[in-house]
Formats: sequence, structure tokens, C-alpha cells
Amino acid sequence: MTWVLDNLDLIGRLTVEHLRQCVLPIVLGFLVSIPAGWLAFRFRLTRGLVLTVVGLLYTIPSLALFALLPPLLGISFLSEVNLVVALTIYAVAIMTRFVADALASVDPTVRQAALAVGYGPWRRFWQVDLPLAGPVVLAGLRVTAVSTISLATVGILIGIDNLGYLFTNGYQRQIVAEILAGVVAVVLVALVVDLLLVLTGRALMPWSRKVRA
Amino acid sequence: MIEFRSVTKTYPDGTAAVADFDLVIPPHRTTVLVGSSGSGKTTLLRMINRMVEPTSGVIEIDGASILDRDPVKLRRSIGYVLQNGGLLPHHKVVDNVTTVLRLEGTPRGPARERALELLDTVGLDRGLADRYPSQLSGGQQQRVGVARALAADPNILLMDEPFGAVDPIVRAELQTETIRLQRELEKTVVFVTHDVDEAFLLGDQVVILEKGAQVAQIGSPSEILENPASEFVASFIGADRGARALRTKHTDHGTVLVDGRGRTQGVLVDDLVEDGA
Repeated sequence: MTWVLDNLDLIGRLTVEHLRQCVLPIVLGFLVSIPAGWLAFRFRLTRGLVLTVVGLLYTIPSLALFALLPPLLGISFLSEVNLVVALTIYAVAIMTRFVADALASVDPTVRQAALAVGYGPWRRFWQVDLPLAGPVVLAGLRVTAVSTISLATVGILIGIDNLGYLFTNGYQRQIVAEILAGVVAVVLVALVVDLLLVLTGRALMPWSRKVRA
Repeated sequence: MIEFRSVTKTYPDGTAAVADFDLVIPPHRTTVLVGSSGSGKTTLLRMINRMVEPTSGVIEIDGASILDRDPVKLRRSIGYVLQNGGLLPHHKVVDNVTTVLRLEGTPRGPARERALELLDTVGLDRGLADRYPSQLSGGQQQRVGVARALAADPNILLMDEPFGAVDPIVRAELQTETIRLQRELEKTVVFVTHDVDEAFLLGDQVVILEKGAQVAQIGSPSEILENPASEFVASFIGADRGARALRTKHTDHGTVLVDGRGRTQGVLVDDLVEDGA
């Protein structure tokens, strides 16, 4: 406990860094997964292709990805971009399947109804299909966010400071409190982000909770 | 007026849903397409707003082929009522009603005014405007569905088994309302159902369909009941059984009519005038 109290600003600084590194991959993963998920939902041909590719991406070990990306992207092995791109790839891998399933979860009679009253294809996607897929998309986003926040700690292995620093530093210096502080901080960050996502979902999708009075 | 001429619909797997179909649907009347499942009645209805495209043949509205119209614009110009209302669950009642107006670019304020008027028209309390569909009963949802179909004041109203999923009491209520609305607004209504009683109650013109949208008989309910065109029609409308098979029974106080279940349904009065309705 003493260690924690003595190092509160270190923990605070690492937490902010950690969050900053995670936000971009989560947002990018979400944005990329919408067209990718749509492709997987819409056409049988692209469905197999897209889902196989994202499935394979998810099986690449993170350390291997850190080694693969720099030559492909022309960046330094130790660059933060390396971590952000890797986390984005995992986020896309998780989210795409969720988006495809979410779109498939929309009641076909409602889609028919939207067509019947005169929604064009583009508007129907943005104003009917995607909002109604919202609850399942949100479920996917929550999994993606929590997974990204926990996965980001491996960044320390390529020299990128975040909450993962507490693991390696605590291990090297044999300070158990430091390691535990790292674990608790990661869990807290994940819980707070998860809560924010749930609250945002409620604000954006008030219809999903209302039932017959 | 809506006209089908030699309309055919064959699906890629070779099934012929509709073969060489002809029909004239008169304006400002209710035409009911009735048949069991597989009779192609819903396919015919959906051809009118191009949700289903015919393989061959011509469909005209007021003399102009619908194939020359943009499908999305065409659909907005035709009211459509679906089973269970087919409401968008994430839109409030008022936004469901204004759907077509908003798609056509009507500003929010006037659209909302119009929606509230329409709730009156279909007999719903304006207080429901800001509820979500899931907070309404089945009958109320169905009325919202009708209000939405009427919002842009279309000449044509397509109704696809709209009352199939509500209980019999609410169904009877909605049927009465539909008749009232049609009289009041004089829309050309095309109604699809598998229920013969519903067809005879609502239809000025009833089209009885056999498998593959073969027309078994077209006529007013009276014409069909008085002169079924075939064994199929007689059996389909139940002319030989149940509530329609009436026979006379002589009693001390005059002649009464008794149905197939042996229940007395009415009294035969002598001065019955043939009105041909």
C-alpha cells in the first residue's frame, strides 16, 4: 500500500497514457468493422472471405505482429504506431463478426417494412439497419474495449510506457504491490470505459429498454 | 385504377408464383385478394409497389406503367400496411407516422402536426405520440401502421394481411375502422387476406385465388356467394357448411333460417327486395 501511495502520480500518468493509446484502436476498430461487417452480412461470397480473414488476424500472436508491422508500414519497431496498429487489427478482428451478427439480428419484417414505406438502400442502412443492430454492436464494442485495454499492456515489451510498465518494473524489482497496482488499475480502467459505453448506449438507444407499460 | 396484364413471376429456382395474371382494380373501392398460402396473393400485392418485380407482363397505375417509375418514389406514393403494423421499433409513434413525410423532406414541425391529426383519424389518443411501438398494444400498433400509410395522402393503400396477428375482438374493431376510413377517404384499397369472412366483409370486389395466382372467381361478395364459379370456390367460401349453409325451418311463428351447426341465425321476412348489392 505504501508503494502505491508513494507512486500515485506515476500510476496516474501511466493510466492516462494507457487510455490515450487505447482510444484510437477502439474507435478505428469500430469504424472499420462497420463496412467489413456489412460485407460479411450482405453477400455470401464476401461473408466467408471477410470472416476467415478476421478470424486469422485474431490468431496472430501479438509479439509476432509487433515484429511484422514495422517492415510493412516502414515504422520503427519501438514506435507507438506499432502498438496502435496492432491493437486496431485485433479490435477489427473482434468487432467485424459482432457487426455481421448484429446486422443479421435485425428483424427481417422491419427491414421489409422500411423498404415498403420508401427507404432507399443507403438511408435504410444508416437509419434502420444500423440503429436496430445497435444493442449487439454495443455488446461487441464492450468486449473490444475491455480486450484492447488489457491487451495494450504488452506494449511495454516494445518499450511503450503504459500500465504494463507496472508489471515489468514490479517483476524486475520484486515489488508485489506494484504488480497488483497494475492489475487493479487495468481492471478499473476497463470497468470505467465499459460503464461509459453502457451509459452512452442507453442515451443513444432509449427504445431498446422500453417495454410495454 | 390499377391494371395487371399478363403478369408472370417466376423465381430463379423455377417456381411460378404468378402465371399470366390479369386483373383490373377499380379506383376508390376495396379489392380483396383472398387465397390460402401459396396462392401468390402477397406477391401480387408487392408487385404493385415494386417490392417484387414481375418476370414479364405489365402493371399500370392510371394508365402508366409502374416499371417507368423510380421504385423508391413509387413506394412513397403508395400507402402500405403490414402485419403487426411493421413499425420501426426505434422510432416513436409520431416519427413512425411521419416516416414518409420526413423521407420526402417535410420539415419536422408540420410533419408532427400532420401526424397528430392522423392519430385522431385512426382513433388513437394523441398522448401516445411520444411512446415507442413496444409500449403499445397490438391493435394500437396496427392503427399506427394505418396512420403511417395515410400520412402522405396516397391514392392507393396496400394492406398485407394487416389483422392476421391480433385477437378476434380487436380484429373486428379494426375491420370496422377500415371500412369507415375507406368510405371517408375514398382510397383505392388492395387488401390481402386468407380469411374469407374478412374478404367478404371488406371487399367491394373479391378475387379468389388458387395456387399460382390462378383466378378462381372475381366478383362482389354477393355474386360469389350466390353463384360460386366452381367446386373449389364453393368449398373455399364454405357455402356448403357452417355459418353460410343456411336452411329454412318452419315454426308456428313463421320461417327462420338455421345454419349448419343447427343454430337459428335469423327470421325469413317475405318482402325481401333483391338489391343486388
